[in-house]
Amino acid sequence: MAMLQVENLQVYYGVIQAIKGISFHVDQGEVVALIGANGAGKTTILHTVTGLVPAKAGSIMFEGTDLIKTPSHKIVSMGMAHVPEGRRIFQELSVYENLQLGAFTRRDKAEIAASLEMVYDHFPRLKERKNQIAGTLSGGEQQMMAMGRALMSKPRIILMDEPSMGLSPLFVSEIFEIIKEISREGVTVLIVEQNAKKVLSIADRAYVLETGKIVLEGNAADLINDDSVKKAYLGE
Amino acid sequence: MEFLSQLINGLSLGSIYALIALGYTMVYGICKMLNFAHGDVIMVGAYMLSIAMATLHFPPFLSILVSMVVCATLGVCIEKIAYKPLRNASPLAVLITAIGVSYFLQSSALLLFGSTQRRVESAINVPNLQIGAFSISGNSLITLGVTVVLMVIITWFINNTMTGKAILAVSEDKGAAQLMGINVNRTISVTFLIGSALAAVAGVLFISAYGYVGPYTGSMPGIKAFVAAVLGGIGSVPGAMLGGILLGIIESLSKAYISTQLSDAIVFGVLIVVLLVRPNGLLGKKRTEKV
Repeated sequence: MAMLQVENLQVYYGVIQAIKGISFHVDQGEVVALIGANGAGKTTILHTVTGLVPAKAGSIMFEGTDLIKTPSHKIVSMGMAHVPEGRRIFQELSVYENLQLGAFTRRDKAEIAASLEMVYDHFPRLKERKNQIAGTLSGGEQQMMAMGRALMSKPRIILMDEPSMGLSPLFVSEIFEIIKEISREGVTVLIVEQNAKKVLSIADRAYVLETGKIVLEGNAADLINDDSVKKAYLGE
Repeated sequence: MEFLSQLINGLSLGSIYALIALGYTMVYGICKMLNFAHGDVIMVGAYMLSIAMATLHFPPFLSILVSMVVCATLGVCIEKIAYKPLRNASPLAVLITAIGVSYFLQSSALLLFGSTQRRVESAINVPNLQIGAFSISGNSLITLGVTVVLMVIITWFINNTMTGKAILAVSEDKGAAQLMGINVNRTISVTFLIGSALAAVAGVLFISAYGYVGPYTGSMPGIKAFVAAVLGGIGSVPGAMLGGILLGIIESLSKAYISTQLSDAIVFGVLIVVLLVRPNGLLGKKRTEKV
């Protein structure tokens, strides 16, 4: 059984249907990418999975529980973390406090401390800046902090929304390296990305979205050589 | 010495404003709404104190506790019944609802207790402090002391407990807070609970100084505390404290040295001047609205 199984998902913003009956799945240990142009519905899907946007129809089964019927704040303790679009870090709190909030639902102090060390290992820069107010970090550092904050919940699956957005090429490569590391450590990854080339190079499988529908799916290695994908998303 | 005594009166009055302003500013921070019913919670607190002490013959300390529990419950209920259904409504609808709740509380008090003000025995009875020929009101000192202690506790609570940090997180971004596993509704309830309990303490201190409570007792201190919160920078906890203290001092000194009648005009005049110079208040942050 798939770890995350989305069936016939439909989402509306008012009368406009943003997601028109989408089905996809993510297996344990995979890196799955959702790619597509602006407005295709990629972010909406992630928001619906973690309950920030309500679904109209369909089901989102995560290890046997339907997330559509689960309040948003209960999802993280089930083992699913979400690094949202635009990072949405707590600007007025320190780096350390942001990371602390990432472990909000956890109670075991020793394990939280171990997670903090793990996050600092992935992102040494965050350790250097732990007392700095998060809003004063650079864009790349904010992205690292958002990812670190998600890791603090000790997730088994992590949803990432446009981790490369607004970052310099150097930072983009660094962020993608870290995503690979996180995946190697056994965390399943569902990633939404406009930088199709980059994301297909680290993903196992991918789904291509167009205006709320999946138009193509397959192994990342195949999609990267697919002519229509090349033309539409890789700029070749 | 006369000046010192006026200054202490001002500090004590200001600390009452600051306690009320804290509730205004915390609720504004988390819900981005002005809870105009907040002042009337003070009135409820004062009536509860009077009932507990005069009718039920509870000792003062227990009476204060009863008043705090009733007000905290009332605050949480007001939020659940009146404001929660409007979480995604326009700010104007919420504002009008808050004014409605305020009238509801005043009218209920009018119905239950009548329009005549009732005399309330002071819950705090301490002798005045004598320094030579000069005396400082004991009640003022207690008021000041209680407020300082409560402010230290609240500041510590917000910055050092996970619940406090959850309040800050929800104030900044409700969606992101949910992704951290924070129960937004519960956090908002906790905020109303704290704000209303502080309002009860403010009510107790206020009527201990003035001796009478009526259905409209909460309205003027409520408005002044709102001014204090705006003066300090609404949404900012230290701002509410500073704004409240400043307002109390300005009011006391203008009553003593300028004119009793004009003191309110001066208080509101100061607000206008401060907002002209610093539109976000003294300690308010410049906020860029996210669209």
